[in-house]
Amino acid sequence: MAKLRQAAIYGKGGIGKSTTTQNLVAALAEIGKKVMIVGCDPKADSTRLILHSKAQNSVMGLAAEAGSVEDLELEDVMSVGYGGIKCVESGGPEPGVGCAGRGVITAINFLEEEGAYDEDLEFVFYDVLGDVVCGGFAMPIRENKAQEIYIVCSGEMMAMYAANNIAKGIVKYANSGGVRLAGLICNSRNTDREDELIIALAAKLGTQMIHFIPRHNIVQHAEIRRMTVIEYDPTAPQADEYRTLAKKIVDNKNFVIPTPVTMDELEELLMEFGILEADDESIIGKTAAQLAAEEAAALAAA
Amino acid sequence: MSELTREETEALIQEVLEVYPEKARKDRAKHLAVNDQSVEQSKKCITSNRKSLPGVMTVRGCAYAGSKGVVWGPIKDMIHVSHGPVGCGQYSRAGRRNYYVGTTGVDSFGTMNFTSDFQEKDIVFGGDKKLAKLLGEIELLFPLHKGISVQSECPIGLIGDDIEAVSKKAGKEMNKPIVPVRCEGFRGVSQSLGHHIANDSIRDWVLDKRDGQAFEATPYDVSIIGDYNIGGDAWASRILIEEMGLRVVSQWSGDGTLAEIEKTPKVKLNLLHCYRSMNYISRHMEEKYGIPWLEYNFFGPTKIAESLRAIAAHFDDHIKEGAERVIARYQPMMEAVIAKYKPRLQGKTVMLYVGGLRPRHVIGAYEDLGMQVIGTGYEFAHNDDYDRTIKEMGNATLLYDDATGFELEEFIKRMKPDLVGSGIKEKYVFQKMGIPLRQMHSWDYSGPYHGYDGFAIFARDMDMAIANPCWSKQTPPWKKQPEASAAVEEGELKKVA
Repeated sequence: MAKLRQAAIYGKGGIGKSTTTQNLVAALAEIGKKVMIVGCDPKADSTRLILHSKAQNSVMGLAAEAGSVEDLELEDVMSVGYGGIKCVESGGPEPGVGCAGRGVITAINFLEEEGAYDEDLEFVFYDVLGDVVCGGFAMPIRENKAQEIYIVCSGEMMAMYAANNIAKGIVKYANSGGVRLAGLICNSRNTDREDELIIALAAKLGTQMIHFIPRHNIVQHAEIRRMTVIEYDPTAPQADEYRTLAKKIVDNKNFVIPTPVTMDELEELLMEFGILEADDESIIGKTAAQLAAEEAAALAAA
Repeated sequence: MSELTREETEALIQEVLEVYPEKARKDRAKHLAVNDQSVEQSKKCITSNRKSLPGVMTVRGCAYAGSKGVVWGPIKDMIHVSHGPVGCGQYSRAGRRNYYVGTTGVDSFGTMNFTSDFQEKDIVFGGDKKLAKLLGEIELLFPLHKGISVQSECPIGLIGDDIEAVSKKAGKEMNKPIVPVRCEGFRGVSQSLGHHIANDSIRDWVLDKRDGQAFEATPYDVSIIGDYNIGGDAWASRILIEEMGLRVVSQWSGDGTLAEIEKTPKVKLNLLHCYRSMNYISRHMEEKYGIPWLEYNFFGPTKIAESLRAIAAHFDDHIKEGAERVIARYQPMMEAVIAKYKPRLQGKTVMLYVGGLRPRHVIGAYEDLGMQVIGTGYEFAHNDDYDRTIKEMGNATLLYDDATGFELEEFIKRMKPDLVGSGIKEKYVFQKMGIPLRQMHSWDYSGPYHGYDGFAIFARDMDMAIANPCWSKQTPPWKKQPEASAAVEEGELKKVA
C-alpha cells in the first residue's frame, strides 16, 4: 500500500475551498487514486458535488438521531460518489447553538475508531470551516492527522490576511504535531497581477503557489448541476487546470514550517502591488464632515 | 500538647513552606499566619479567596457546588435541575444531609437527582430543546412542585445555551418560577462564587414576587438565613427563636420553601447564621427593603446566650424577657452537659479546617467544654471572615487559608491536637495517624449541633471521638517487636489453616 497522505484545506470563508477540493479530488480519482473527503463544517456542503446531493447525512446528524455516535456504523455515515470517492461529513449544529468544534472532534474520532482510514486509501482531504475559531477546527491538523496543509486564497486583501493568519496557526501545530504548509492554491478572483502577488506572498510565507486556478463560469455551471467540472465537462480547459493541480499535489515535496509575516510586512506587500495605498496619518479617525471642512479651509487659505 | 509560642508557630510555618518551589512558597506564605488579636484588618496578615495552585491538593469545590449543593438545593418544594452531564447531579445528591419534612417525590424533592444527563449530541447541537422537554416532563410527573431552578454545569457556559430564554418561556407556560442559574463550575476560585451567584439569582428571579402584596405582619417577624438544617440544625435553632416570642417567617434554605423565601422581604429582622454564603442577600434586603440583619452564633451555650440577647436587643421588653426566659430554662440542661463532659475534655486541643463559617463559629462551643482551638482555617473564606476570626482565636494560634494537603498534614503532625474537626477528605488521613477526627461539614452523620439541643449532641460526639479507646490500643506494625509480630502472624496463619 502507498503511504496514506492526509491533507487539510483551509482558507477564508467563501473563497472556494469546497469547490476547489472537490474538483481536485475528482481529478485525483480520475487518475485512479483512492481518495476520501472529510467535511469539517457544520454546513455539511463539502461533498455535494461528488455525491450529487444537497447535503450528505452527517456523522453528528445521524448520531443525534440514533442517540449517540456509538450507535452508528461506518456504512451509515460514509457515502461513495464519483470515481469511488469516499465522502464523510462531520456535521454539527445550526448557527448560534451548541458546539460545532466538538462535533468535528467527535466525528473524526469516530472515523478513526471505526477504521475509515483503510489500507487502500491514498489520500484524505479535510475541508475545514473558514476560520480556526477553536480547538475543534484544529482537530484535522493535530498529531496523526493531516500532515500537509493547502491554503486556498486569492489576490483580495482579506483572503491574504486570512492566509497569513492560518499560517500563524500552522506554526503552533507544526512545532507540536509535525504538520507542514504545502502551498497556496490561488483561486482567482481576477484581481490585478493576482498571480504575481500570491507568488510573492507564498515566498514571504516560505512556501509556494502550487497552482493558479483561473476564474471560469463553467465551475458555476457544474455546481448548479451538483457536479465537479471534471465530471460535468471533462474536455473543458478548466478541468485540465484541476488535473494540473492534482498532479502537482501528487508530486509535491515542498513541505515547510511557514514564516508568517507581520501586519506591516503584509501591508507593504499590498502597497507594492497597489492594492493598498500608503497610510496617510493625517486622515486617520476623521469623519467625512471633518475632512470636507479641512479641505474647504485649505482652499480658502489658497 | 503544650501551646506554641508566637515564635514557634512562625518557625513551624517557615519549616512547612520550605519544601515548596520558590513561586509556590511565595504564594502559600500569604495564606498562612500566626493570629494576632491586635490586628484590625485581616488583609494585613492573611490572603484569602485566591486561585489555588495546581498540585496542592486543595479540597475546594466549585461554583455549581456552592449554588446547587449549598444555597438552592435545600429549598425542598422546588426541583433543582443539574443541567449538563449526569455526574455533577449524582455526586451532589443528598450528600449534605439537609433534613426536611415532606413526602419525597410528591411535594418535596430534596434527596432526588434531576439532571438533563447531557450526551455528546447535546454538546454539539446544544441542550436548549432537551431542557425545554425536561421542564415539561417535570411539570407532568411532579405537578406539586412549586418551581424549578436550572443549575448550570460547566458545558452550558462553554456552548452558550440560552437557558434564560428557555426558563422564561416554560415558566410562563406553567405559571411557576423557573430560575436559570449561571453557576458553571469553572467560574471563580471556589464554591464561594456559587453562593454569590445563587444569592443573586434569588434576588433577580424570586425575591420581589410578593412586593406590594398584602401580608399579615407582626412586630416580631424574623427570618433565619444561612441555616441549611444539616442534621436538623435549623429546627434546633428555630424553637429557641420562637420560644423567645419571635415569629419565624422563613427559613433559608434548610427545610425551606419557595413561599417562605418570597415572603422574606416582609420581616423585621434577618437573622444570619452562615455569613459567608448568604450575606449577599441580607445586604440586598437591607438596601432595598430596609431590613436590618444580624449575625448570630448558635454553637454552644455561651454564644447562644450572647446571640439570643443580641437578637432580643432589636425588639421590645417582651422579647428581651423571652430571651432571658429561654436562657434560664436551658441553663440547667447545659450545666448538666458541661458537668458530664468538661472533666473529660478539659484542656484538650482541637484543630479545625472547614468551609466558610464554622472555623470561627464552633470555637465557642469547644471552649464551653474546656477545650482549646489551636489552629483553624477556611477552604473558601474571604477577608471579612478572617476579620471576624482574629477576635475569636487566641493569640499566636495558627491560621491557614485554602490549606494544601501537605500543610494540613504537617501542621497536625507537629501540633498534635487531641481532635481534628474537618471533612471526609481529611478524616481517614488523620485517623490513620491515630488522631481522632469529627467531620464538621456533615456532623459525621450525627447532629444537630446548633442550639441547646445541638450542644448536648456536640459534646457527646466530641467526647465519643476523643475517648474512643481504639486510639490507644492500636500498635502500628513497625512498632511491634519483630519476634512478637512473627509469632502473631504465625498464629493467625495457623488459625486460618
